[in-house]
Amino acid sequence: MILFGFNLLPAQASTAALSVDLVYLYIVAVTVFFTALIYGLVMFFSIKYRRRSESERPKPIEGNHLLEIIWIAVPLVIVLTMFAAGTIVYFYIFHPPKDGIQMYGVGKQWMWKFQHPDGRREINDLHVPMGTPVKITLTSEDVIHSFYVPAFRVKTDVVPGRYVQTWFEATKPGEYHLFCAEYCGTEHSRMIGKVIVMKPEDYAKWLSGQDVSSTGPKLSMVERGAKIFQDMRCATCHAPGTAAGLGPKLEGIYGHDVALEGGQTVKVDDGYLRESILLPTKRIVKGYQPLMPTYQGQISEEDVLSVVAYVKSLTPQAAPADAVAGGTPSDAAATAGTAKD
Amino acid sequence: MQTQKKPSYLSADHTIGSWLLTQDHKRIAIMYLVAVTLFFLIGSILALLIRLELLTPAGDLLQSESYNRVFTGHGVVMVFLFLIPGIPAVFGNFLVPIMIGARDMAFPKINLASFYVFLAGGVMILSAIVFGGLDTGWTFYTPYSSSYATGRVTIGALGAFTVGFSSIMTGLNFLVTIHKMRAPGLTWFRLPLFIWAHYATALIMVLGTPVVAIAIVMVALEHLFGFGFFDPTKGGDPVLFQHLFWFYSHPAVYIMILPAMGVISELIACFSRKRIFGYKLVAFSSLGIAIIGFLIWGHHMFVSGQSAYAGLVFSLITYIVAIPSAVKAFNWTATLYRSSVSWKTPMMYVIGFMGLFAIGGLTGLFCANLAVDVHIHDTYFIVAHFHYIMVGGTIMGYLGALHFWWPKMTGRMYSEAWARLSAIFVFFGFNLTFFPQFLLGYLGMPRRYHFYPEEFQFLNIMSTAGASLLGLGYLFPIFYLMWSLKKGEQAPANPWTAKGLEWETTSPPPTTNFDKTPVVTEEAYAYEK
Repeated sequence: MILFGFNLLPAQASTAALSVDLVYLYIVAVTVFFTALIYGLVMFFSIKYRRRSESERPKPIEGNHLLEIIWIAVPLVIVLTMFAAGTIVYFYIFHPPKDGIQMYGVGKQWMWKFQHPDGRREINDLHVPMGTPVKITLTSEDVIHSFYVPAFRVKTDVVPGRYVQTWFEATKPGEYHLFCAEYCGTEHSRMIGKVIVMKPEDYAKWLSGQDVSSTGPKLSMVERGAKIFQDMRCATCHAPGTAAGLGPKLEGIYGHDVALEGGQTVKVDDGYLRESILLPTKRIVKGYQPLMPTYQGQISEEDVLSVVAYVKSLTPQAAPADAVAGGTPSDAAATAGTAKD
Repeated sequence: MQTQKKPSYLSADHTIGSWLLTQDHKRIAIMYLVAVTLFFLIGSILALLIRLELLTPAGDLLQSESYNRVFTGHGVVMVFLFLIPGIPAVFGNFLVPIMIGARDMAFPKINLASFYVFLAGGVMILSAIVFGGLDTGWTFYTPYSSSYATGRVTIGALGAFTVGFSSIMTGLNFLVTIHKMRAPGLTWFRLPLFIWAHYATALIMVLGTPVVAIAIVMVALEHLFGFGFFDPTKGGDPVLFQHLFWFYSHPAVYIMILPAMGVISELIACFSRKRIFGYKLVAFSSLGIAIIGFLIWGHHMFVSGQSAYAGLVFSLITYIVAIPSAVKAFNWTATLYRSSVSWKTPMMYVIGFMGLFAIGGLTGLFCANLAVDVHIHDTYFIVAHFHYIMVGGTIMGYLGALHFWWPKMTGRMYSEAWARLSAIFVFFGFNLTFFPQFLLGYLGMPRRYHFYPEEFQFLNIMSTAGASLLGLGYLFPIFYLMWSLKKGEQAPANPWTAKGLEWETTSPPPTTNFDKTPVVTEEAYAYEK
């Protein structure tokens, strides 16, 4: 929206942008109306009833209950409609759809690191296809950051120690600002990047391009997770496909409730898997001893994300590292995202 | 002492000791006035540095580290050393006993102690800024502040902690004084609305400040000794800090604005010669704001990872708290109907306040909205919104109060022409500074950015231009008010023909406030008589 040569709204480049802007414009209209009403009346009364002689003594008015009820009730109804509109749109923004591409991101002072499901990695740039929901699981290696793409009207704080999930569906190709919105230290204002929205065919071309990340052979998230699982000797206690060892079996565990020592239960989600790797003795599965050492400081948040993706891919029937080897990116996405093969 | 010419509280004794060790609430108020004015000047200079830096998208005036220290210094000094103590400690201290016909506060020694505790906290905060700097933002978010920040976090945070205790002492004094020391005949519903506003403020000071004190101690323990309250690698939760911080710091916003609302009620009644329309509703709306204000801290955390359902509840209650503020605005407007408006300087600040507070309050509706807040959170929209409340509301109220009660406090009149000119500068300078920031924020410019993308430059230049105008508007009063102390006309007891007990005693009042305890026989604002 442009007024007198000023851009008043940022680019609308996601499915959420228009609804957020409509709620915004509704509140703008209410704000303009009431500011004009109050200020107009204040100025009008102050001029019309200006003091004309020092001896003026206007008649007192105690108040008027009817008027007061009106100016309690009318604003109340108006703000409740704002609340309703905002809440509906918020729940749309907050709840990611079931399908779509699952990406992973890690914020650290002062850069953004992203991983595509096929293992491709980027720093400060994020290539996404338009017309497909893109879900991003984010965490931080140090302080709180915030993932903010104004053109998508999307923002979420990226909190160390937990996984947060955000999503968007881009609607227009182009390059858009990615900002860190939570103050994170000296170079906070340099922690910026761009989201590059591509047509699906361009995105596919980009994915199959030769610019493999510099960190070695291209492995998908799950493959990388499997490799780390091997290298870190996780299988000593959590061997896939065997009976329970020193540690709980991991196949098929994702998404289910497990009983804990101490009588509580926990649903196994990304956050619990991450915690079990980095703070393993915090919540012990019932029947096991707190034997596992912490892997804090030994593997990065990106590696943890890969191991979590691997564990999610484990099902009782299959040894999944084989199942996705050589798979297409979309296969990998489905595997990482939904734990089915 | 028995003659007609009784010495005023200013001329009673001239020794330095009689000032520094005074237990007279009026002298303590003057000492607070000097202290908060100094802090305000320091905060303003830091603001000027921010605005100069943001003239260009490249960070060319300051290093990023210095820039971060400058905006942190600006926030910490302005919030903890000017906005929170400002009106209550200066005008509340001076006026609460006089307005209720008392000789002093209930606890004069605690009152004096509160000043020195405040000063000690102020010195700690300033020393943190000068020797090593603070770079956490005024919000001290963990784990940055506890585990990563490089500056003097502990001393700065403990300074804020110390200042909090001064607030608690002042609040306690207000509560007891208002309950126990009202003059005969001064029933609750005859109290000036200034007193109601300070009563509500005092409640928040006493109930809320301890919580932020706890949060600050936890940060200091973590920073110094490696406790793990907020450190995820030790199983702590960084977001816990935000809950503790905002549980106080959102109500603290009302500590800053409620006293200004009290001031506005007094000024409107006087300069329109009218009772406040719906006195009881305005009085109760202050209490309503104070109570509901404790239930909405989570609206600072819509994108922090708290549950969507918590967000829903906080959004709803935040919308509810808009109502008592709206009621005040409507009742003040209605007060002007068929009144007799005198456009003296204090009234010009009222008229400025009404416009700025309307915009500040209404833009709160954007921030309370879950969907819109996701986009504008931590952008310049938020910066603009709270400056409209804090500067447009509180500082307009503060300056209005200063011009209204200056003759009472000093016994001198100031230059009306200069004062009006400065009010006009403040109003237009303020709007030019902060209105562009709403646009910047919705366009997506994050706050606390040293470098910024080029497309935001034009609006930033406007904002800086406005800030220079605003700065002039703030400088004028320092000169013409100082001038009035030497050359100003002697003020009569009641230069504005105002109602209220403070205008029934001399300007400036004697040390004991009144020759004999006044008896109140009428309601506040009986301007028709």
